[in-house]
Amino acid sequence: MTTDALREPDTPVTSGTALPETAGKPARARRKRPLSLAGRGEPYVWGTGAGLAIGVLMIVGLLALVLYNGFLTFWPKRVVKITTTDGKSILGEVTRDETFRVTPEMLEPLSDEVKASIRRSHGFAHRRLIKQGNYDLYGDDFVWVADYAVATEEYPRDAWTLERREWGAAFGSPSKLIVGEGRTVEGAREIAREFPALHGAAIARYDEIRDLEKSEIGDVNYRTEEARLEIRRVALRAGEGSAAHRAAIETFEAREGELRAEYDAVQRKIDEIRVTDETVRFEIRDVNGTLIPQKPSDPDTPMALSHVVRAFPANEIGFGERLRIYLSRWLEFMIDEPREANTEGGVFPAIFGTFMMTVLMSLAVAPFGVIAALYLREYARQGPLVSAVRVAVNNLAGVPSIVFGVFGLGFFCYVVGARIDELFYAERLPSPTFGTGGILWASLTLALLTVPVVIVSTEEALSAVPRSMREGSYACGASRWQTIWRIVLPKATPGIMTGLILAMARGAGEVAPLMITGVVKLAPELPFDLHAPFFHLNRSFMHLGFHIYDVGFQSRNSEAGKPMVFTTTLLLIGLIALLNLAAIHLRNTLRKRYKGSEV
Amino acid sequence: MLNANELIADAKAPVAAPTEGPFVHPDILAEDPVLEIDRFDFWYGEKQALFDVSLNVPRGKVSALIGPSGCGKSTLLRSVNRINDLIDGIRIGGAMRLNGDSIYGKHVDVIELRKRMGMVFQKPNPFPMSIYENVIYSLRIDGESRRGVLDEVVERSLRSAALWDEVKERLDASALELSGGQQQRLCIARAIAADPEVLLMDEPCSALDPIATAKIEELIFSLRGEYTVLIVTHNMQQAARVSDYTAFMYLGNLIEVSPTNVMFLKPARRQSEEYVTGRFG
Repeated sequence: MTTDALREPDTPVTSGTALPETAGKPARARRKRPLSLAGRGEPYVWGTGAGLAIGVLMIVGLLALVLYNGFLTFWPKRVVKITTTDGKSILGEVTRDETFRVTPEMLEPLSDEVKASIRRSHGFAHRRLIKQGNYDLYGDDFVWVADYAVATEEYPRDAWTLERREWGAAFGSPSKLIVGEGRTVEGAREIAREFPALHGAAIARYDEIRDLEKSEIGDVNYRTEEARLEIRRVALRAGEGSAAHRAAIETFEAREGELRAEYDAVQRKIDEIRVTDETVRFEIRDVNGTLIPQKPSDPDTPMALSHVVRAFPANEIGFGERLRIYLSRWLEFMIDEPREANTEGGVFPAIFGTFMMTVLMSLAVAPFGVIAALYLREYARQGPLVSAVRVAVNNLAGVPSIVFGVFGLGFFCYVVGARIDELFYAERLPSPTFGTGGILWASLTLALLTVPVVIVSTEEALSAVPRSMREGSYACGASRWQTIWRIVLPKATPGIMTGLILAMARGAGEVAPLMITGVVKLAPELPFDLHAPFFHLNRSFMHLGFHIYDVGFQSRNSEAGKPMVFTTTLLLIGLIALLNLAAIHLRNTLRKRYKGSEV
Repeated sequence: MLNANELIADAKAPVAAPTEGPFVHPDILAEDPVLEIDRFDFWYGEKQALFDVSLNVPRGKVSALIGPSGCGKSTLLRSVNRINDLIDGIRIGGAMRLNGDSIYGKHVDVIELRKRMGMVFQKPNPFPMSIYENVIYSLRIDGESRRGVLDEVVERSLRSAALWDEVKERLDASALELSGGQQQRLCIARAIAADPEVLLMDEPCSALDPIATAKIEELIFSLRGEYTVLIVTHNMQQAARVSDYTAFMYLGNLIEVSPTNVMFLKPARRQSEEYVTGRFG
């Protein structure tokens, strides 16, 4: 400013000839640049920061919600006994609470005192949701209790929490343990002392029966079915009523006798155990003194002890015991099969199904996507056609996943699967083998769904391989394929792995297309067992994502299923994180091998 | 400098060079050519990059291609092993022969042809594999797997490339762990592992520091006699230090081919003279 001010307006410019138009004019004042907010850039820093913060907040919030609920679900709660003002007794766990608006109908029968108190809090009152269990007795697992309706509230020492094989949870006070041979255990302290050993024995008996049913009877049934199918096979090959067919029937009849005998032997063993099992019973009464039976149809018979999955005096046990129960519930959740329309028990079949499906999908999508990208990037002449293909691939990623599901069902199950059945499994028809939803078709459908992700990232990885490296290989006399196989692919592997990780994450979280290509609510068998060929790719399977949907929105009582929704979500997120970590570890190992590739 | 110019100006007079067409020193015509380039034209799409270039590369000698940026020297070098074929839309005219065999003939197998040459690029481009595997790459792609043969080739090539003593203890280490200069010598070892009839070098020192450059130059110098080398360089001093013959190119035309000392002391053409004396370039 000062120099400008010092210069006289009519000072002649020395190099006047070079700049004729400025000659004689005052030297141009240095333009003052306005300091706008945008010019300083600060609002954009805040704006972008806020965008990120909102995203992080939502993710963290969701994770925190899932973690909090997921981890708390299995913690054994205390059992409260509430007597209401109208004389009813309720025994159960407090599930949640809320403030609610009291409707006029609800207000009507209340005393003036209560009405006044509600009016003071602007028509709102507080209430708690009590899980009272005993669905077989009451027809409802949960009941709302408003605070104003509570007369007394206590934590009875003899209240037990029961988890049963059927009918869900139960709350009550045990009155007797019937041990058999006329011996009984009575009295709260004695029952608590004797219970663990007796219950352990009962569980062992139950497991033995289940093992026999599953493995031995299952095995006999499997072999019987195989033998029966053999007749069909011979009939299809040699013709109905031919000599070979008659011979096969004869062999089968001889064999059937053996199998029948084997079956009966196992069945006898089971019956023996069952007889012992029936004698050990647990007599427990609800808060009104009604016996909690094993079956509602037989209300006077106490339940067999093996009918009880887990039972404990909820208000008596200490922290250590609670922790033990908590962990045993998690263990059951992870390794057991579901009970009670999936709202209780474990989710092992779903974990296994999700894992196996994701692995199968990756096995299918990796080579398929990489080969497609190789052709697009390395072989195809770049031009409008290739660009069109590329756009189509990218658009494929935007097609709703249910459309892929419909395609999978129509193409894989009904076209490919039906042909396979005709050719290889004709003896099982009309019941389909591959001609219906199954884990293979679901995996292939998901592979189709995720292949654009792999193609796009593989193409990117391929084009990132330096040209000099390809030229070096060609100059050594390598063919195009040798260059791709020995130089380009190894160099692009970390990038390809990134695509695969993304594809896996997307595929493992997908539910809609699975619902019509092979996922079921309850699969009778895992897609893996000890009968050859071990992996049964035609079988339908369970999936954690579908499990969440099913338990949360399709079960008889969504309130009962809610805890399972959170734990299953936690598990699904954990499983996907685990798969991703494994893939990332693999990628980093590969990256390390090619580190320092830039000079 | 001035004296040299005068000297050159004097020396130019007796050589009765035609003003049209390249000047080819008679010494070169006396040599036995490994590679003959015969009236070669080259187009990138519509743009012509090489005009009627004819050049013989003598056996067992180091020949340097010099010239300002964009004069077509790299294009010429990359046409010899047909690496330019990878570019879309190129077109050629004229012919090249390697030991009498046509390079651009109709039924030439390009892959077989490239196996007969070695090439070293501007930037070191070792493959993402071990030092050992890098050297024997061209043998591997031919399916050679006898350990004895491979070991022998690795040692011979690395010794020729003056790298053996530095890496003999860690042949299984990744080639990418080497320094830039070592990587370039590894690339030379890779290029000579298959016993090439001609070794093509495309500004092999341009990405290296002075010490690494000196080592590579020493190496190129020591390769003469055993290998035929055609080297493109930007650096005139380098051409002067390593080569027996020097060819000067300008705007896609070959201007002059002379023994290196003649080129740098008494160039036959005015353009060569201006370039080597640093008046343009």
